[in-house]
Parts: sequence; C-alpha cells; structure tokens
Amino acid sequence: MFGKLTLNAIPFDQPIPLVAGAFVFLVLIAVIAWVIVRGHLPYLWHEWITSVDHKRIGVMYTLLGLVMLVRGFIDALMMRSQQALAFNAPGYLPPEHYDQVFSAHGTIMIFFAAMPLMIGLMNFAVPLQLGVRDVAFPTFNSTSFWLTATGALLVNLSLVIGEFSRAMWLPYPPLSEYRYSPDVGVDYYLWALQIAGVGTLLTGINFVTTILKIRAPGMSYLRMPVFCWTALAANLLIIAAFPVLTATLGMLLLDRYLGFHFFTNSGGGNMMMFVNLIWAWGHPEVYILVLPAFGIFSEVIATFSGKPLFGYRSMVLATMAICLISFLVWLHHFFTMGAGGNVNAVFGIATAIIAVPTGVKIFNWMFTMYGGRIRYDTPMLWALGFTVTFVIGGMTGVLLSVPPADFLVHNSMFLVAHFHNVIIAGTLFGAFAGITYWFPKAFGFRLHEGWGKAGFWLSFAGFYITFVPLYAVGLLGMTRRLQTYDVPEWRPWVLAAGVGVLVLCGALFCQVMQFIVSIRQRESLRDETGDPWNGRSLEWSTASPPPAFNYAVLPNVQGGEPYWQIKRRAIESQQLTAEPDYKPIELPRNSPTGFITAFFCTITGFALIWHIWWLVGLGLFGAYVVFVWFAWRDREEYVIPAEEVARADRARRRAREEWLAQDAAREEWLATHAHPSAQPVGQA
Amino acid sequence: MPKSVADARDKICSLGVGRALVVVCAAAALGGCSGGILQPQGPVGAAGAKILLNAVGIMSVIVVPTIVALLVIGFWFRASNTRARYQPSFVYSGRLEIIVWSIPILVIMFLGGLTWIGSHQLDPFVPIASNAKDPPLEVQVVSLDWKWLFIYPQQRIASVNEVVVPADTPVHFFLTSATVMNQFFVPQLGSMIATMHGMQTQLWLAADHPGDYYGLSAQFSGDGFSGMHFTVRAVTHDDFQHWVAATQQQSGPVLDRNGYFDLLRESCNVQPFTYRNADPSLFAAVVRDQLPSGPGPYVGRAGPGVRPIGCG
Repeated sequence: MFGKLTLNAIPFDQPIPLVAGAFVFLVLIAVIAWVIVRGHLPYLWHEWITSVDHKRIGVMYTLLGLVMLVRGFIDALMMRSQQALAFNAPGYLPPEHYDQVFSAHGTIMIFFAAMPLMIGLMNFAVPLQLGVRDVAFPTFNSTSFWLTATGALLVNLSLVIGEFSRAMWLPYPPLSEYRYSPDVGVDYYLWALQIAGVGTLLTGINFVTTILKIRAPGMSYLRMPVFCWTALAANLLIIAAFPVLTATLGMLLLDRYLGFHFFTNSGGGNMMMFVNLIWAWGHPEVYILVLPAFGIFSEVIATFSGKPLFGYRSMVLATMAICLISFLVWLHHFFTMGAGGNVNAVFGIATAIIAVPTGVKIFNWMFTMYGGRIRYDTPMLWALGFTVTFVIGGMTGVLLSVPPADFLVHNSMFLVAHFHNVIIAGTLFGAFAGITYWFPKAFGFRLHEGWGKAGFWLSFAGFYITFVPLYAVGLLGMTRRLQTYDVPEWRPWVLAAGVGVLVLCGALFCQVMQFIVSIRQRESLRDETGDPWNGRSLEWSTASPPPAFNYAVLPNVQGGEPYWQIKRRAIESQQLTAEPDYKPIELPRNSPTGFITAFFCTITGFALIWHIWWLVGLGLFGAYVVFVWFAWRDREEYVIPAEEVARADRARRRAREEWLAQDAAREEWLATHAHPSAQPVGQA
Repeated sequence: MPKSVADARDKICSLGVGRALVVVCAAAALGGCSGGILQPQGPVGAAGAKILLNAVGIMSVIVVPTIVALLVIGFWFRASNTRARYQPSFVYSGRLEIIVWSIPILVIMFLGGLTWIGSHQLDPFVPIASNAKDPPLEVQVVSLDWKWLFIYPQQRIASVNEVVVPADTPVHFFLTSATVMNQFFVPQLGSMIATMHGMQTQLWLAADHPGDYYGLSAQFSGDGFSGMHFTVRAVTHDDFQHWVAATQQQSGPVLDRNGYFDLLRESCNVQPFTYRNADPSLFAAVVRDQLPSGPGPYVGRAGPGVRPIGCG
C-alpha cells in the first residue's frame, strides 16, 4: 500500500533533522494559521498563488530563492562547524548525516537558491525593461515557478521523511547507483531535480520567446538594456543545456528503478559517460547563473555612475561569446580522468578563452565608472565588491584550467574556494544588488540603506575571511567533503574559515533586519516618483509598484536608454509629454493551473521516491486532467477599462509633475546628470 | 618522445615570470608549515607547482593592476569628489576597445602556450625520465570501500593503506577501482589521477628523498571516505629490498581470491598491513570485471539509516 514507506522512514534516532524539521513544520503551520485566521487566504490565492503576472511571479521566485538560501546557509554552517570540530575527532555529525548535509548544500544552493533568485529577477525586470505587459506565456510562467517550488519542497521533505542523497550535489555513479546508495536519498534528489528541471526549461522557452518576439515598438535588439541580452543568453543556455540534464538524470533513474546499465559497474555500464554528460549541462549552468548577474551589474553600474554603459556593443558581443564558448569547455571538470595531453590541452585553452570576454566586461564596467559621478548606494557597493572579488575568482578559475595545475588542486578546498569565489561574488552579490535595486520598483519603497550597507560589508569581509583560508588549505592538499581529518597543518585554516562563516552569519542578520526595518519604515522610504535611483531604462518610467498592465500606453522607443531620453526631454521642456489617448487593456486571467499541476507533481514525485505505484498513477492522472482542463478554457483574458487605466496613469503623471516642479530636485538632476558641462551646485 | 620533467621544469622556470611570486605565495599561504603542493618532494609535483605559480604570475601582471584601477577609479569618481571631471559622454572609444580586447587575448595566448606544453609534458601516463640505476617500480593500485590496496606484481606482495617505494626511482602506478570512483592523490609528489571500475589509469611519480608522504582520495566515495588516506613511505634502495624480503617472509595473510573478497567488504579507517604473497593476476581480473565489484552497504536494505558495516 505504501511502497517502501514505513514509520522507520522518520529518523527518530537523529535529533538534528527531527528538531529542524519539527521547527520548520511548526513555523509553516503558524504562518498558515495566521493567514487563515486573519482572512488573508483569499488575497493570497487571488493575488499571488494563482497570479500569472510576471512581477508577482518574479517576487515569489526571489522569495523562494532567499528562503532556500537560508536553508543552504544553515547547511554551510553545519559543514564548517563539523570540520572545525573534526580534527582527530568524530565531530558532531556522523558520516551518513554529514554526507547528506553537503549534498543538500550544493543541490539547494544551485537549484533552489541561485536559480530562483536569477529567474526571479529576470521575471520581474525583463518585461518591464522591454516595455511590455507580460511574458509570452504567462500561465507557463506560473507553472514554472510552482514546479520549481515542488522540487524545493521535495528536497526539504527528505529532512523528516527518509533522507537526502549522500552522493554529492552531482550524483556521480556508481556511488549513486542502487548498489551503493540503496536508500531513497538519491531518488529524492533525482525526482526533485527532474520536476524542477521541467519548470526551468519552460522558463527558458518563455523568456527566449519573450525577448525575441515581444518588445515595445522601436525596441530593436541593440536598444535592449544589457540585462535583457544577458537574460536572452542565459535562457538560450537553459534551452540547450537542461534537456541534457534531464536525459542524464533520466538514465540514472532507469538504472536505479528498472535495472538498466547506463552507468553501473557491471553489464557494460560506463560511469564516465555520466560525468561527461552531467558536465555538458553543468558548465553552461555556471553561466546560466552568472550571466544574468553580469546584466544586473551592468544596469547598476551605469545607473549609479550617472553614465550610459561603456562599450555597449562590446558588452553584447562579450555576452553572446560567453554564451557560445560556455558549451565548449565542460571537460575541464574531469581533467584527472586521464583523457590525455591533447584533449586536456584543447579544453584547457578553450576554458581560458572564456576569460577574454569576461575580462572585456570587467574593463567596460571600469570605463563606465571612469568619468562618472558614482553614488554609493547599496546596489553600487555590491557591484564594486563584485568586480574586485570576481577578478580574483576568475584568475583562480583560469589557473584551474591549466591541466597540470588542476592535477594538484582538482577537488581540493582550493577548487571549493574558487567556485564560491565566482558564485558568491557573481551570482549572489548580483542577486543582492538586483534585489536592492528593483525592490522600490516592486513594492513602492526603498530598502533601508544602513542595514543594507552593513549587510554588504559583513558579506564582503565574511567572504574573504571564509574563503581565503580555504584557498590556502587547498594548496596544503586538503580535499573537499572530508567529515574528519588528521593533518595538523590544515587545522588553523579550517578554524579561520569557521570564523569567516560566523561573520557571514552577521551579514545574514543584517540582511534580514534590512527587510524588517524597511517594511516598518516604509512610509519614510516611500518612492513617490517611480524613479528612485535616477534610472535609465524603461522600468523606471512607470509607477512603483507598477500597475498590473505595466504601461498605460506601450512606450515608443527611439534609441538606447529610452527612459533617460524621456526624462531629459521632460526636464528640458519643463513638462511631460501630452496625455495619451487611454484605451482598455486586455490582460491574461489568473489561473490556478500552475499551482494544481505542481500539487499533483509533488504527489507523483513523492510516490515515485517511495515506490507507491497507485499514487504515482493518481498523481500523473491529476496533472493530466489539469492540463486538459486548462487547454479547454474559453476565457483567456480580462479587460481593464480605459477609465481605470487613465486613473492609474494620471496618478503617476501627477507624481512626476510634482517632481518636475520641485526646483531643487530638478537642479540637482541637471547639475549631476544632464550636461557634460554642468557645474555642480549645492554642496560644491 | 617525452622530455625529462627536469628539463621541462628548467624551461618553464626560464620564463622567469612569477619567480618572485613563488616565494611570496609560499610564504603567505604556508607560513612555513610543510605538506602542501607548493612544497613538492618529487619531480612531478615540482613541475606542476612551477606551472601553477607561473600561471599565477602571468595573470597577476594584468589582474593586480585591474583590481587597483577598479578601486582607484571607484574612489576618485565618487559623487562627492568635486575635483573629478564628470564625462557622461565617455561611452565609446575604439582605441580603448582594441586594448580592452587585446590585453586578455594576449594573456590567454601566453597562458595557452603554457597549457599546451604543460599538458603534454605532465600527462600522468607519460613516463618520468630518470637517471636512477634501478628500473621503474611497478605498483598496481585498487581503490576499495574505503581503503587502498597496493599490489607489487614483480615482488608478489601487497599492502593496504601504505605503499613503500624506493626514493629517487620512478614509480609506475596502474590504477583501478573495485567499487566507486576515487582519485589517487599524494599532494607532495604531484598529479592526481582517477580510479574507476573496469578501467585502468596510469600515473608516474617519484620521491626525491626518503620520507613519509601523506596520500588521500580526492574524490568523495561514500561514508568511509574521510578515513581513506594512506602513506607513501619512500625509503632508500637497500631499505626497500629489506622491506620486500621481510614482507615476503612474515606470517601475514595471503592476497588470493578469497583474501580479496574479504577485503572487498566495506570497512573504515583501516590500519596499514601487508600481504606476504599476492596473486599477480588479480589486478587484471579486477580491471576486466572478472571479479565482483564492492558489495556496497547492507545489500538490499533500503530506507534511512543505511550505514556502512564497521564504520562509525
């Protein structure tokens, strides 16, 4: 009846996951109870859960990413503390638990923290920057999100029901085969990723279609903000790479469930093929994570330097070059498998070549700052912190691309330090920059600068205190994933990294406080004009938060940085453009399709993990019924009447006119931004 | 025709770049303690470390000025600095673009040369040229759950978790795995190589001087992974002959098929021991998949709490 699932599946003998699971469960119950008692459930259902609005979905993605970031960070804390205690001692985590912790840390951070953060920010900002009302397939978009949430749910479920994979974040066979991992951990991993992977692939299709086919009038490719270009590149990579992941994990599933021999020790299986295929996805994945972050930094650096991006065409070229080359380098993840001099050298050099377009980007950001008037608000601090730190991570990356050097540091703590160096400084700093940058646009008030800056400085310092020692201990020969060790030379460095992670705890505290304080002080942090940073791209031309339809009238784009031009014209002529002729707007109706599909997929995934075959059938049938029900819908859109559009837009125009009428604001703007010849006033 | 590693070392060294950095990095990163890859004790490790440091040197030429420039520009052009000239129209410069693209390209071309030469000279399968009077020692390595088996086919002995080799003599390792994938790595002697079931990899290493060198698996292989380290004990030529003779004459166990099956079961933190006699055909049988592979944890039992036998 319940397959492999028995009461034994709940780890009553292991206090840590049980207490953690119970705590999360109680928090969840408390939140749900609060929502129901306070009567927020209808609001939540109509405005968020069933919403197909790209802005709402973007916010939910980002929230999911942040929550999972905290979960992944707790795993990191456990790993660092275990290693700090585990010199010639067992520490407090036995191997079978420690191995789950690091496998979960990698899986969660990549798939359920970094990916949702990047996809969330793309969701929020790309349609706004393109000057359109939504993505190409809004209901798909909602489904993507809920399928990703399903994956995250399954991974966290493994905390209390059964266990998570102990076979690393990339489950190399034969360790991940049934023979060596007969428990359900690897199955949790595989089904969580298969389900979330479908969502990610849909996102890729959705965004490529949106960017290629749906843009405001006049928004030609070379007028798109660089963030849209990087989003295009990242989503092209998703479309090309994620099917490889799905197929590879599918083969491993066949091995585990039906006794196939793709990657087994016996029966002609070849585990090298798994390593080869998984990295054919894995390396492009790195760029799926970092390219959108590059885009965010391009937006932030240009905005806060008060200058257009330097070498825009070069940036576009570099982005697309990275997109292409990222598919030609995956072998550098397994130089030590013995491919021979020629193969290793070719892939080593191809890897190093990626440093060229990346280097170009760094130089162009530098020249964007050159001659600017750089305002160090929190997003700009993240951006500058990124450039400096990322250069170091890039250098160690190129170092690892030299095969004979890789032979000495492959899989070592040096490698761990390297990829945290690029992922934290690139993707995570990018996500924080993007969240602080677009938060006022999403919610209508800014984040608190003091807590934000404290969060940045602690993250910046904490990163170096944690990972410089790991670089050093890697050079001392320490490999990754050690549950205990007995080499005295490693110990001081491991302890230093433990201190660093405590500093990062402080950073986390500041980040959480930033949100709490900002929400409490939202009236004083209110963004009235919709343009809190003196922005340059279209999203700053609409209200904060934007209405459901984004733009009352689709903007007519006449060049790069369209909003900058609009603003400049308004200031020079001292008036807004004439009020447009408002027309009713059609928008896609909300749909519970995504949520219900994901509900049935969760059931299917859980049933597959525990071999409860009747429930698998039920879940698949349910998901299919939802699909049919959605496909037979006859009302797709609802209409917002012209009066309502006019009311919303007139409010926005009033705020703009008030701003325009404030001499001080205008003068400040003119002084610092309008003309190259303008002389500074005020504090000058 | 593989050149001698010593030649390669001199050649790469003569590039000169980063020689000062060798000292700086070694001092900064190691603070005088021993055991790392930057204090190599053999020709392979020395050549690898040299390439690593030269690559750091080459890149530092561009990376360090870039970081400094980023910080200086970021500081100087802060909004509150009234002496900085605001140039919002500085958004394109063909000359700068050329420089911006060519600097990384030049660096990568230089580094690409280093990569090409290094990849061939330090290919783990390529023999080390040596002046040693003894022929290279052959050692067959089998990674098991969770220990290392070393078979000396010519001496017909074997050892677990400790491999004794003559110093200053090239050692030719043939490696495979009886279970999951591992990486054979002795940080101070140089390159690591994967061990995989049904496949044979090769690795040439040598120790310059007698001494004990820490070895480990650099590929996570399951619950007992942390205990899967071993010692490379490099001894003098005579001491090696004595050790072989003593091992052959001891009353220890014999590594035949049955002995191998005992070893195949999961075990953790295994203390080093030796076999007085070892079947020289065993390694080939493991590589050709003629023997069963490691059984894994409690065969057939699923659910949480699957624990390895004899661990923790």
